Amino acid sequence: MTVYADKRQLVGPGDILAEGPFFAGENTYREGTKVFSSRIGLAEVVGNKIVVMAVKGVYIPRLDDIVVGRVTDIGMSGWQVDISAPYPAMLPLSETPMQRGRDMGRRDLGHIYGVGDLMIAQVIAFDRTRDPLLTTKGRGLGKVTSGRVARITPAKIPRIIGKKGSMITMLKKETGVDIVPGQNGVILAVGRNPDQERIAVEALYMIEREAHTSGLTDRVKAMITERNKGKSVT
Amino acid sequence: MSLTRQHSPVAKLEQRTVVDIIAKGKRLDERGTQDYRPLTITLGIIEKANGSAQVYLGKTKVVAGIKVEIGTPFQDTPNEGILTVNAEFVPMASPTFEAGPPDENSIELARVVDRGIRESKAIDLSKLCIDPGKKVFMVFVDIYVLDHDGNLIDAAGMAALGALVSAKMREFDVKNGAPVFKDKIMPLPMKNYPIAITATKIENSIILDPSLEEEQVMNCRLTVTTDKDDRVVAMQKGGLGVLTPDEVKQIVSTAISKARDLRSKILSKVN
Amino acid sequence: MEEVRLLDKNGLRVDGRRLDELRPLKLEVGILDKADGSAYIEHGKNKILAAVYGPREAQPRHIALADRAVLRCRYHMAPFSTEERKSPAPSRRELELSKVIREALEPSIMSEYFPRATIDIFIEVLQADAGTRCAGITAASLALADAGIPMRELVAGCAAGKVEGKVVLDLSDVEDKKGDADLPVAFMPKSNVIGLLQMDGSLTEDEFNQALDMAVEACRKIYEMQREALRQKYHLVKEESEVKEEAPAPEVKQ
Repeated sequence: MTVYADKRQLVGPGDILAEGPFFAGENTYREGTKVFSSRIGLAEVVGNKIVVMAVKGVYIPRLDDIVVGRVTDIGMSGWQVDISAPYPAMLPLSETPMQRGRDMGRRDLGHIYGVGDLMIAQVIAFDRTRDPLLTTKGRGLGKVTSGRVARITPAKIPRIIGKKGSMITMLKKETGVDIVPGQNGVILAVGRNPDQERIAVEALYMIEREAHTSGLTDRVKAMITERNKGKSVT
Repeated sequence: MSLTRQHSPVAKLEQRTVVDIIAKGKRLDERGTQDYRPLTITLGIIEKANGSAQVYLGKTKVVAGIKVEIGTPFQDTPNEGILTVNAEFVPMASPTFEAGPPDENSIELARVVDRGIRESKAIDLSKLCIDPGKKVFMVFVDIYVLDHDGNLIDAAGMAALGALVSAKMREFDVKNGAPVFKDKIMPLPMKNYPIAITATKIENSIILDPSLEEEQVMNCRLTVTTDKDDRVVAMQKGGLGVLTPDEVKQIVSTAISKARDLRSKILSKVN
Repeated sequence: MEEVRLLDKNGLRVDGRRLDELRPLKLEVGILDKADGSAYIEHGKNKILAAVYGPREAQPRHIALADRAVLRCRYHMAPFSTEERKSPAPSRRELELSKVIREALEPSIMSEYFPRATIDIFIEVLQADAGTRCAGITAASLALADAGIPMRELVAGCAAGKVEGKVVLDLSDVEDKKGDADLPVAFMPKSNVIGLLQMDGSLTEDEFNQALDMAVEACRKIYEMQREALRQKYHLVKEESEVKEEAPAPEVKQ
């Protein structure tokens, strides 16, 4: 039983992590008695499991993820939605809080969501054999009619939220803007005026750029305060 | 763009049958792991071509034709003739071949056969010069795959070699920078006889001359072309699998001795 | 006709290298903005850029495979990359190299994690100086790691050859053109396996074995340089991780 990489050591594909009866966790694989990393990330031993927290990667949908998506097509009984994943998602009519009980044609569906419309949805199904399924039944889900969109790498979304939500709480308070971070890296900033939204988006990209630094929350707050000077605060 | 193709159109169970038999050191058609399928070579089947050969290797059928024409030499080799090798995977040869420009597989085959001929200096290109810098003979080797049952590279290589050694052109004198053809015919100026041997790795076994069924389950293949002096003149690994350095060395060793057998078979046909 | 000597009286090569010496090599990861992963390599006078997009939706749909990702690979040389201008249209050589490069990278990628998607690899040779396919593979492998695509290990590439009767490592352009043999190799050191192997020229069996060993050894060295390049790019990540607590980064399901 030997551990070669632990305590958030940076590892890359093919780097040996451990040898022995460990369970090969996320982003690792086992070959004989040895466990190796399959991605760039930080290695950690959790109990008898070895995991690698990946630092980068395209968004792969997971059950219950909240995502921000864009309608790309209208089908027979639902909509095709781009959620910035390798797989197009589907929102069936039955998963929207709409009036049931009458036949809806494509035109009717188009009145609910048209091509290009933005929505906040939740992933309710996804596996190897089929594309992700979405729902908009739920609090805070549904069509987005105003606001600005920021697109960052999905791996940085936890940084936007922060320790116990500290970063996102600060952002909402300082900018006066409601911020909805999709797990797929698409973030919504909805405020009462475009200036506030613009400052929020600037803050979001600043966080993505400087995610690895410390004291970030304070510096972002200072940047927002600076931008707010000379503007009427509603 | 090169892209990963569909898997073999063969059921997993059928694939396992092949793999299991080979693991036991046998093959579906009861050959030994180092045995080539029955080989039939017929030379001169296309009278209008300068040279031609038809190879039946098991059920694989390949025809090669040679045309010798006049052209301009390359700038950096003004005294040398030109060799061009092209391959066509005609649609009738396999349900998977489509009409159209050469795909990466036929291009790869043509280039591997070309390298064998070129690097072994099989043709003495310096004897194909008419007017240095201005006129030389161009040797076109066109390979036509007619029926794909595996190991196209080796079959194509043998067809090309057979066509080249049995090819005929008219003897010529040079007058005022132009060829004057005599009545006598002569063979192409050949100096070497490259033979390609393809080995295939299936799980942990290495076999030679894979049939199509064996290719469909293979890990990868390694083609080794050697010349009459046992020199390695070309190599090409193909397929999505991998080989250890030791496996590679072992294949090279086997290929050198196997090539001697096949070379003498082909050369004996010419005489 | 002027005779070009490739080895001088001390057995040193035209560029002053010893027989088993690698040309200078520089690697940089993540230099492009839009691509999911990218890497740049300078090896000798080679200047090659590799970029990866993916996994992404298979377009057109019919190329998708049901149980794994399709790998698409394009090796291409810029018109100004060679001594004489090269036409931008893909040549037969570029088509062949796109195939063998893809076949060298495929074994390292865990494509079974992304059924019905594609992983696209683009290699652009901006300046060519022999050994472009090997250098391209070295950079492409880094670009795949930079894109966060799960892999068994990195793939490193290097060529060996023969010049004036002597087996040498890492041919330069003039050595490739005027030498006796060229043997490009791509190797995965952890698994000890070869993913790309081609050869043209003339070698005895002994010379071949020697050249192969030389190329494989060099690939091991290049692999360490690849790992170092990844460290250079990502060493700041550790601090970032200490600041966030819950919510793990998107991960690959086992």
